[in-house]
Amino acid sequence: MPGQGLINGLAVTLKTMTKRSSTQQYPDVEPDLPPRSRGVIALLEENCTVCMLCARECPDWCIYIDSHKEEVVVPGAARARQRNVLDKFDIDFSLCMYCGICIEVCPFDALHWTPEFEYAETDVLNLLHDKDRLGDWMRTVPPPPAHDVLGEPSKEEATAARKAAGPGAATPAKTARPAVRPEPEK
Amino acid sequence: MPLWLELGVRVVAVVAAFLVVPLIVGQMEHKVMAHMQSRLGPMYAGGFHGWAQLVADGVKFVQKEDITPRDADRRVFQLAPIVALFPYLIVLLAIPLGPGGLVAQPMDIGLFFVLAVLGVGVVAVLMSAWASANKYSLLGGLRGAAQLLGYELPLVLSAASVAMAAGTLSLPGIVEAWSPWWLLWQAPAALVFFISGLAEIRRPPFDMPIADSELVFGYMTEYSGLRFAFFLLAEYVGIVVIAALTTVLFLGGWHGPDPAHFGWLWTLVKVFAVSFVVIWLRVSYPRLREDQLQRLCWLVLVPVALAQLVLTAAVKLAL
Ligand code: SF4
Ligand code: SF4
Repeated sequence: MPGQGLINGLAVTLKTMTKRSSTQQYPDVEPDLPPRSRGVIALLEENCTVCMLCARECPDWCIYIDSHKEEVVVPGAARARQRNVLDKFDIDFSLCMYCGICIEVCPFDALHWTPEFEYAETDVLNLLHDKDRLGDWMRTVPPPPAHDVLGEPSKEEATAARKAAGPGAATPAKTARPAVRPEPEK
Repeated sequence: MPLWLELGVRVVAVVAAFLVVPLIVGQMEHKVMAHMQSRLGPMYAGGFHGWAQLVADGVKFVQKEDITPRDADRRVFQLAPIVALFPYLIVLLAIPLGPGGLVAQPMDIGLFFVLAVLGVGVVAVLMSAWASANKYSLLGGLRGAAQLLGYELPLVLSAASVAMAAGTLSLPGIVEAWSPWWLLWQAPAALVFFISGLAEIRRPPFDMPIADSELVFGYMTEYSGLRFAFFLLAEYVGIVVIAALTTVLFLGGWHGPDPAHFGWLWTLVKVFAVSFVVIWLRVSYPRLREDQLQRLCWLVLVPVALAQLVLTAAVKLAL
């Protein structure tokens, strides 16, 4: 029918008007952020071994790390061990583009996302968060979201299961058949 | 009541309506449009759901610098916003609100007068477009001129149909003669009048002369401050005027339960309902292209209006 589209258009706008609007009134009401929101990066200083992986992988080079070595005398050991001690760990959030590479790459889980986002500053220099400030964000790190029930088990879980089953047990890697791509229908 | 006092009261009432009703319609547009787009619209100004937003806008416009471009034709440039706004004020004088002379200036040729004064709008568009010395303004102005001249014809033809049906050119007379079955009989004319009215006040989807994505802001591009606010106010008064004329000519003005006491209320309710439809159409439809715009006018509206004239005459003769 000609004109049907015009009527449908009017119906859509009218229906939308009767529904609740989806605006979140942010400064008055806290927004409900989705899980894994990327607000700011927190540093768990004890976990950091100053391996420098994050600083090297950061595409912006906005992580600044300084450290020195300390001797640790372990009783019973033949000689003193050496340990890296963090002097400086700064992230410049005026450069950071929240790609999350530093967090992915850290082998020791020293960096974490937190959903906190209200750290705007009137001076751009104050966006350089030092290690105390980064450490302070740790309070706001949410517990990790539950594992997706349909997803593959995590690497740690798979390894633990294999160890528990003992050597020679069937593992997904051994029992898996080679994937055969179905022939495209002619 | 002495004549001067009565005259004063009428003029003050019209000016008050001229300032208040468009603001209400403007606020309605803010809110209705927002909710139709699943937003909230203004929420802060004035405290309760942003009711004072347009007042705040007005204050802002007053504070802004009033710029006249160096190459502009100064006098014409500065006069154009007044020319855009003033005809609407005059038209409001002739709109009957209720029965028994509840109209600022009863006139025997009210309809003729109203349509003639509305036609002045095109002069304001051309003045502002030409005097701005800006190519976007000029393009917008020429589009506006083509559009306004084109749509004037179906507007006048459909209004003529009602005048013929009522046998009078006086606006209160037309409302007096109105009866509910006109809703059916004059339906094509009502549609044509409303659509070409929309085009006359350059409301979306007929906002080709303004077309902000192609022409910056059409003939208003160079305006700022209070003069720009006048153009904006003219747009909202235009909605009110077109809604009021549609109400008076086609929707039976003050007809409703107990017109002697609540006639003015029915008129106002109908005016706001039609204004709502104007806003609704703006939210729902994209802008017509220039050729579609002219095609709609000349190939659809004008023939329908002419057919309606024939129908009206036939029914009038048969009765
Ligand atoms: S999120 Fe990306 S840009 Fe920001 S510090 Fe980490 S690696 Fe650098
Ligand atoms: S990658 Fe992790 S452990 Fe290595 S320096 Fe960065 S934060 Fe520290």
